[in-house]
Formats: sequence, C-alpha cells, structure tokens
Amino acid sequence: MGYFEMAKTAIRSVISRPATLMYPARPGKRSSLSRGHVVIDVSRCISCGMCMKKCPSEAICVDKEVKIWTIDRLRCVVCNSCIEVCPVHCLTMDGQYSSAVLTHSGLETFPITYVKPERPKKNETGETAEA
Amino acid sequence: MSRKIVVPFGPQHPVLPEPIHLDLVLEDETVVDVIPSIGYVHRGLETLVAKREYTEYVYIAERTCGICSFIHGMTYCQGIEQIMDLEVPQRALYLRTIWSEYSRLHSHLLWLGLFADAMGFENLFMNAWRLREFVLDVLEETTGGRVIQGSCKVGGVRRDISNERLAIMAAELTQFEADLSDLSDVFLHDDSIQSRLVNVGTLSRTDAYDLGAVGPVARGSGVAIDLRKTGYAAYGDLRFEPITETSGDSYGRCAVRVRELFSSIDLIRQAIEKIPEGDIEVKVKGNPDGEYFSRSEQPRGELVHYLKGNGTKHLVRSRIRTPTLTNIPPLVKMLRGCELADVPVIVLSIDPCIGCAER
Repeated sequence: MGYFEMAKTAIRSVISRPATLMYPARPGKRSSLSRGHVVIDVSRCISCGMCMKKCPSEAICVDKEVKIWTIDRLRCVVCNSCIEVCPVHCLTMDGQYSSAVLTHSGLETFPITYVKPERPKKNETGETAEA
Repeated sequence: MSRKIVVPFGPQHPVLPEPIHLDLVLEDETVVDVIPSIGYVHRGLETLVAKREYTEYVYIAERTCGICSFIHGMTYCQGIEQIMDLEVPQRALYLRTIWSEYSRLHSHLLWLGLFADAMGFENLFMNAWRLREFVLDVLEETTGGRVIQGSCKVGGVRRDISNERLAIMAAELTQFEADLSDLSDVFLHDDSIQSRLVNVGTLSRTDAYDLGAVGPVARGSGVAIDLRKTGYAAYGDLRFEPITETSGDSYGRCAVRVRELFSSIDLIRQAIEKIPEGDIEVKVKGNPDGEYFSRSEQPRGELVHYLKGNGTKHLVRSRIRTPTLTNIPPLVKMLRGCELADVPVIVLSIDPCIGCAER
C-alpha cells in the first residue's frame, strides 16, 4: 500500500516554477491556428455575401446596396467558415478573443470601401466599344 | 426500523458540477432508494437540424458536449458519409482517430481531477488538470480550438497536421506518459484513495449487462464492450484491447479510465506511425437521402447519432443518445444501499455529463 505516492509530485511542485502563467503580466498561450475573432479588410471586400451565406450562426450580414458588412460578435461561434469561403481572402482570423461586454452592444458595422476598378478599354480607338 | 426521509441532491450541489437531481430516500445514513430526474439544461439541439444545412449542423453536433465535442462532430459526419456513400480519404480517418484519442485523454484527465476533488483530494485535482493542459495545448496548436475543435467536416477534416508536427507530437508524448504514470500511481495505489473507492458503489457484471451500462462503467464491471473494436475511423488498423476490471466498484471504474489513458497514448503513437499521405477531404455533392445509426466510443461510452435525410439540404431527424443517459439506471442500482457520504463519489464514478444527456 502506498502512503507517500504523492510525495514525488509534491516535492517537484515545490521546487519547480508555477504551472500557471501570471496572466496579465505574461500573455496567454496562443498558436498560429488559434481562433479569436474575425477581422475584415474593408478595402478588399467585394460584398459577394458568401460569408453571410455560409455562417452557421447567422452572425454576419452583408448589405450590398449600402455596402456595409456587419457582424454580431455575441452570435459568432468563431468556426472559421467565412474565412474559408471568402473568394478574395479579405477575412482573417485574429488569435485575440473579443473582449467581454456587460451589455449587448449590438452589431459591429464596417463600411466597405472597396471600389471596383474600371475595366480597361478593349481597344485603343474606343469606337467599337461604344458601338 | 427507522423512519424514511428524502434528501434532495442537486441539481446545484457543491461537489457535483452537473445539473442532475436525485431524490435520495434514506434510512438513517443508508440510501435505500434513488429517484433521478433530469431536464434542467435542455437546449433543443436536435430540432435545429431542420433549420440548418446538413453541412453546417456539424458545428451544432459538436456543441452537444463541451468535453467530447470532437467525437460528437465526428460521429455526425460518419453518419452523413454513410448515407451519402462517401469514401473518406485514409489520412482524414487517421487524423480523426488522433484527435479522438487526444479528446479521450483530455476528458479522462478532467474526470480524474473532478473525481479527486469529489473525494476532497484538491492537490491531486490540480495535478490532473495541469497534465490536461498539455493535451489542450496540442489540440489548440493542431485544430485552433482548445475545447471546440471544429476540425471535422462532412467528407473529411478541415485541417491537416504536417508530418513534422506529428513527429513532434509523438516525441512529446514520452514526457507526458512519464508524468502521467506518476499521477496514475496515486490513483491506483494511494491508501487514502483506496479507502474511499474500494467496495463503494459496486455493480455486478450481470447488472451492468442487464441495465445496459456502457463505456468505463460496463468495462469496470468486466463487460468488455468497446465500440472502437468495430473499426470505425482508423481503429480497424490499430492494435488495442478493451480495458476491463472485474471488481465493479468505484475503484474499478477509476482504474479502467487510468489504464485507458495509457491505451490512448499507445493508439496515438500507432496512428502517427501508420498515417498515410494523401488528401484530407473528399468533395461532397448532393444531399443525404436515407437514414443511418452512427455509433462511436466516447470517453464515457457508446454514443449513437441517428440521422435521417429526405434528399433536401435539411435533415428530417437527428437523434442523439449519449452514454450518460444509458448509465443512469446502473447509477441508481449502485446507489442503493450505499452511505450518504459516498453518494458524490458514486455519482461521479459514472462520469456524468448531463449537458450532453439532455442536449
């Protein structure tokens, strides 16, 4: 029967560093894949609405008319689907969790600033393009 | 003959973090009967199947449980793949096996910690959870999520693990195994733990079989059932035997889980050694039409996802049977005749996950 089974672990705990991080002073562990919150680059978003379509929690809303991208952070389950389907890769995942809130602050709104570049003319004279 | 009194236990109780309510009928300090009731955390997850596409429901299936989330997602995906006759690439199946076994490690370590806490052994509780942190770190580095991995999808997995990373994972397991054997020595041989567990909450082999016990509860009573033996995912290619104990008491169930930790480490090593190169997913086309009972071995026992589709992108029915629900009748049997002070330990010995059981 063991009476001092815990002794080895206890002694090791006394002489070793604490297993926990001193959190606010030292940042928490994070990996390159960690899912914190979704970030949008509004200058590249083409408002195609794929992210809205594929969001399983219906947290994202893209208004194509007024060019506004909104997200409800409290609905978002940070599943990474929107980032996987974005055709122009304007959505990215930040490892930092969105901060805690006391009240539901509503939707986070991002005006889309992407401007569709004008198509280069088909030929130099421009006559056929008009015709 | 003393008077019978009823003592309510739960749904909120200092030693039991799970919302199950038990009416304990006592005669002096002895429990003579138990009336269990659940229904405190029902979320209606199965109904959501009609409101989300079948490819999106995997996120909901995963959120059924906060501990064995990966295995829930995987079992759901397996069901859909069987209905749609999808051939999942071998590499994806091996990755699923690896993540399942890491989930098992993390679930068992969590349970060992809680079990130690229920016995009043706080120091051991913290040591178990310190080791669990290593497993969670591996899961976060490979999937992006500590608890909700979100790495399984219909037709395969969403993320690959590079071969270099797999080699690092295998190497790290050596140190982990050494730390774990120190911890397991305490659970298996310490005198104070044995005095709390041996001959407490005994369930005979016949009772375990008759009452439909699953997982470590059944294996602790000597019934060698382990769904992994059916060879789903990549388990068919790996060598392992179901771990059983014959005592049937709380100590037996604890010993099964402790030994399963080492079996899981061995399975991860074998999977890393044998994992083939190749794709990690197959393109999914069309909608599921048909029904299937998908079964897998969760850390707590047999998990069943019944899925029925009618050829549209929304399934018609999803039914989940979790191991905790099945283990409640054996729990009632174990509690009859025990002392009141042993109730928390016996309830925890089935590893209850009521959040899972009610969905």
